Amino acid sequence: MQLRRVRKIYHAGTPIATEVLHGIDLVVQRGEFCAVVGPSGSGKSTLLNIVGLLDRPTSGTLAVCGRETTRLDDGALTRLRGHSIGFVFQHHNLITAFTAVENVMMPMLGAAGFPNDAMRVRAAVLIDAVGLKRWQDNPAGNLSGGQQQRVALARALAMDPPLLLADEPTGNLDTRSADEVFALLRRFNRDHGTTVLFVTHNAVLADRCDRTIEVVDGQIAAS
Amino acid sequence: MFKPWLPFEWIVAIRFLREGRLQTLFIVSGVALGVAVIVFMSALMAGLQTNLIHRVLSAQAHIQLLPPQEVSRPLRQGGDAAGGEVEGPTVQPPLQRLKSIDQWQTVATQIRAMPDVLVVSPVAGGSALVVRGAASRAVTVAGIEPDAYLRIVDIGDKIVRGSAQVAAADILVGTELASDLGVDLGDKLRVATADGTASTLTILGIFDLGNKPANQRITYMALHTAQSLLGLPGGATSLEVSVADVYAAEVIAQRITTATGVEADSWIRTNAQFFTAVSAQTTANTAIRFFVGLSVAFGIASVLAVAVVQKSREIGILRAMGISRAQILRLFLLQGALLGLGGSVVGSAAGALGLFLWQRAAKNADGTALFPLVLDPALFTVALLLATATGLLSAVAPARRAARLDPVVAIRG
Repeated sequence: MQLRRVRKIYHAGTPIATEVLHGIDLVVQRGEFCAVVGPSGSGKSTLLNIVGLLDRPTSGTLAVCGRETTRLDDGALTRLRGHSIGFVFQHHNLITAFTAVENVMMPMLGAAGFPNDAMRVRAAVLIDAVGLKRWQDNPAGNLSGGQQQRVALARALAMDPPLLLADEPTGNLDTRSADEVFALLRRFNRDHGTTVLFVTHNAVLADRCDRTIEVVDGQIAAS
Repeated sequence: MFKPWLPFEWIVAIRFLREGRLQTLFIVSGVALGVAVIVFMSALMAGLQTNLIHRVLSAQAHIQLLPPQEVSRPLRQGGDAAGGEVEGPTVQPPLQRLKSIDQWQTVATQIRAMPDVLVVSPVAGGSALVVRGAASRAVTVAGIEPDAYLRIVDIGDKIVRGSAQVAAADILVGTELASDLGVDLGDKLRVATADGTASTLTILGIFDLGNKPANQRITYMALHTAQSLLGLPGGATSLEVSVADVYAAEVIAQRITTATGVEADSWIRTNAQFFTAVSAQTTANTAIRFFVGLSVAFGIASVLAVAVVQKSREIGILRAMGISRAQILRLFLLQGALLGLGGSVVGSAAGALGLFLWQRAAKNADGTALFPLVLDPALFTVALLLATATGLLSAVAPARRAARLDPVVAIRG
């Protein structure tokens, strides 16, 4: 993953432009486990949204999994996102109309169009891997915060993406649950070679990552 | 767990609708109510109109051909000093003599060959006096060919006693005339015209047209009998025509006039006020249906607009996991269509039940149904299709909004 001189300016419906990212240059190698740290409002989430192809940079270039993305249209970006990037957000990650295992199936179902046995098996394996086999048929809304984040993690890995983006996934969890989620992230990184970008305010967890990228005022302060 | 034959959009649409249970229930009930009103009203109006038209047309032909009216011809005198003509100072309207349609057999053959025409039957009609002992009554005589005429005006259906198949020496009279003259089946009546011609005929049948003056005045006899009585040997004073589509009668009448040159009046023209009332009723019914449909559409659209706001975070998450804008669009369109379809199924059933109950409740004094109601499967099919299409169309704006949601904004909430 490579960013070159990436800038992001928001207008937010007013003539006053707010520059959130000021020409970021960043390279993350395959299989790296990086913590993204920095004060609130420093541009961490914006950086993550741009890397995750949910948002486009105002200028600069971005290559994900070796593919230049600046000139791709919305459909191509959506496909690339679906196949190459997994997301875990801070809260309300799951679709409450579905059970835990159905949430994990969702990305595979969206990509294939119809459900099939292979995706059922893969979803069950992933749910088992995050230790929620007993709760797999529970409605997503009935799970605890830690369980929901673990389901979200399983779902993020459903398409076996090379890149996993986690935006403060442990922000709302108690220490034990946070540790569990972090351990799972580490395990997937180790076992599958998944590149992880992990936004956190938790210094202890950040210290346990291979690399720490510090964002301050829309710039990389340390990497 | 998911059914393998259900595509992604269907699975998500159905789950979203099931999750918003109360909201779904309310809007399905709203759609159902609208569809039930439309189904109930349409069936009721169709039944009422069919019944009214049937009643009007059971006593008259769809089209009637008449001989041309006598027109006034001013007397002209030639030869004054200037060499011009002088018109008489007064012009009297001429007498309308009883006369036959010129070449009526050729005209009848020509009409029979036309498409949409079912039956053509000649009638020789005029005025006469029926005499029985000291009693006499003025009547209208209608000479008919029973085989053809009974297929146009079903007197057989209105016969109280006897038969309608009149032969040369038979006559059919109404119930009032029979009681006025104190006669019954098999009795002889003397029928005389103003010029002194008379025949003695036997009463073959007594009918009730459902109208007292008509029962007093109208008599039927065989065509040949009437022709000789009225001094119209071989003639017919009118040709009665029935057509397949009663609403097309006026168009066919005009076509007949153009083709034959004989004046043809359709029931639509002779009952202009009645037909206007029927048309006004149809228009009012259409307007009501349109506005009910419109309110159903707005109901579905507003519920879906709220659903898009409620589900915006889910939409953002779906977009983040690689679900395309087109898939989001389809899943909201589908919700609209499903609400329309579900509402119309329930509404059609409720409408049918309403009609059934109404038919049981609204009865004539004698216990028979007020008028027959026909539950036309086409009505339900159209209601189902229209409601589903309305749901789909109402969902267009909310679905487009959902598809256009910026995933970053949607997830942030």
